Amino acid sequence: MKHTLSVLVENTPGALSRITGLFSGRAFNIESLNVAATLDPTLSHLTLVTRGDEHIIEQIIKQLRRLIDVLKVVDVSEGEFVEREMSLIKVRAEEEYRAEILRISDIFRCKIVDVSPKSYTLEVTGPESKLKAVIELLRPIGIKEITRTGNIAMMREKKTI
Amino acid sequence: MTKMTGKEMVVEALKQEGVDVIFGFPGGAIIDVYDTLEKDGTIKHVLVRHEQGAAHAADGYARASGKVGVCIATSGPGATNTVTGIATAYMDSIPMVIFTGQVPTALIGNDAFQEVDIVGITRPCTKHNYLVKDVNDLPRVLKEAFYVARSGRPGPVLIDLPKDVQNGRAEFDYPQDIKLRSYNPVIEPHGKQVERAYRLIEKAKRPVIYAGGGIIISNADTELRALAKAMHIPVTMTLMGLGGFPGSHELSLGMLGMHGTYCANMAMANSDVIIAVGARFDDRVTGKIEAFAPLAKIIHVDIDPTSIQKNVKVDVPIVGDCKRILKKLLDIVKDVGRPDEAWIDQHKAWLQQLDTWKKRHPLTYKMEPGVIKPQNVIERLYEMTKGRAIITTEVGQNQMWTAQFYKFDNPRTLLTSGGLGTMGYGFPAAIGAQMAFPDKLVVDVAGDGSIQMNIQEMATAMEQRLPVKIVILNNQFLGMVRQWQELFYNRCYASTEFEMTPDFVKLAEAYGAKGFRATRPEEIDDVLSKGLEAEGLAIMEFAIAREEGVFPMVPAGKATTEMLLV
Repeated sequence: MKHTLSVLVENTPGALSRITGLFSGRAFNIESLNVAATLDPTLSHLTLVTRGDEHIIEQIIKQLRRLIDVLKVVDVSEGEFVEREMSLIKVRAEEEYRAEILRISDIFRCKIVDVSPKSYTLEVTGPESKLKAVIELLRPIGIKEITRTGNIAMMREKKTI
Repeated sequence: MTKMTGKEMVVEALKQEGVDVIFGFPGGAIIDVYDTLEKDGTIKHVLVRHEQGAAHAADGYARASGKVGVCIATSGPGATNTVTGIATAYMDSIPMVIFTGQVPTALIGNDAFQEVDIVGITRPCTKHNYLVKDVNDLPRVLKEAFYVARSGRPGPVLIDLPKDVQNGRAEFDYPQDIKLRSYNPVIEPHGKQVERAYRLIEKAKRPVIYAGGGIIISNADTELRALAKAMHIPVTMTLMGLGGFPGSHELSLGMLGMHGTYCANMAMANSDVIIAVGARFDDRVTGKIEAFAPLAKIIHVDIDPTSIQKNVKVDVPIVGDCKRILKKLLDIVKDVGRPDEAWIDQHKAWLQQLDTWKKRHPLTYKMEPGVIKPQNVIERLYEMTKGRAIITTEVGQNQMWTAQFYKFDNPRTLLTSGGLGTMGYGFPAAIGAQMAFPDKLVVDVAGDGSIQMNIQEMATAMEQRLPVKIVILNNQFLGMVRQWQELFYNRCYASTEFEMTPDFVKLAEAYGAKGFRATRPEEIDDVLSKGLEAEGLAIMEFAIAREEGVFPMVPAGKATTEMLLV
């Protein structure tokens, strides 16, 4: 089962490597990872997507909580939550493809953030399924490069981490 | 507030934390702290011969005294040499603070001389570690390190000190209290959980207490004894738990697990309620996990939530300090006030069954004429020291024979590397224990293999005039591996036989210590008494039956009821 964990961690050097080290040292898997500072610059919010049965997820959460630098761990996928990912996709944009790219971009509410004679760079935001759909449609045209942020997530309604 | 250099802060913090002795080995990157230590003169420094010895000695000091052990080493190889000692302490939850020198901050990452990323290397084997880049952070880091090391589930904490930080100046205001927003170990248990546990125990017909090292760490031996006695529940101990409950007590079943007693393993397999206290269901204890304690409901008391539900399913988890939890449980027992006879009646059949198992297969060995049996040496050592010594062990057969045949009645009297299983631990740990208790008898039980792993510390013990006693059970084999080869590898003794071992008596003499050797059973008592009574460091070597095995034995991966007996 896929789980999305929100982790609040001290924004100090080494904190991230403690977390990733915990995963590699115990043969847990990280599917995606996103880290950035919170409103309080001394704290980072980390979103981590991992897979495992109930027992493994329980261990992952407990092991994360045991790290001295970690303040809080919540499995947001246990309840209602929103999840977004952003991707930058650079596609071949020779004359004959431009209209098609723009049409796809329009349908999926992407933004063209960079244009050159031979390429367009699209910014696409949404849940993983939407990113997948855009990628599949652009693939036949020719994707030159792609980067993804990995998921970020938040619990719905009043709940905060 | 006063301004101080980093090196002065280190020494001042040691004093404020009540550290009176540290173990270490100097070098270029830590020379500044050494200079301050020497000029200050209040903290005793024990100069070892290898940094691994310093780490184990600090660990032995901590285990024997319950205080935080401190060691110090230089950068690069000095730091990496401590790693085995740090990992040993980490696996057994021993409070330690390790100081390492580091190249100046400007050179970090440059592959400078004697530079190594020790914070990176020790990340998975420390409870926490710090690379101090700014001397202004040092007072806080020092305070945090000691606090983190000794609180919650204790463990080693490393502080890496770049040379310029040691010499940098800043305000020194040593915090008296500390609160970390990201670290708040749960000490006080959830009252409801304790009540649930009691209700389970109250109905149990075949209960057993499974006590681990947590009993010793939290000084809960008195509470454990009181609880076992109040409810008439038998107790089995892990290797780390030995001494946490008196081995000679009538409710003691002895050690459980791979080399545990028949009775203890049968008790676990047939129990209906297991009360695990400060133990972690390690694979050496459970054997084949699917077959472990199939009939039992499990109550698990531990300060570390990650230990709970890690290996086995738990019915009543209780997170908190063992001592507080046992006290709460005891309070409930007193409040309910069931008469003693009620408990006795309820467990009578069970205790009788346990007694039958005890008598059917007690710990035993076969005497052979003219051959020294290692178990016999340990038994005699127990009788001659009246169980009052602090015993350290190495790892392997020597460790298991000691665990089986020396009856540990008091906590902190067996110092042994349980989790990591570090050969070479026992002797330096004995040095640490002897530093903590100069007047106590400290004995390292070793094999001829393990003792050679840190034999260089003989010089340390001599220099400090420490009367540590070393018992070497010499079979000229790496005995435990040989035993596995005998049982499971068709007697193919690949690289386990020593064709050459030194003359340990002469070796002792070369260091200026005393050496005694026994080659026949009738010499055991004589050599033991000579060695134990000798002034100063002494080696007692026993030429034991070469292919003696440790039994009972549960083969790895088998159910604990499938024991190979003598």
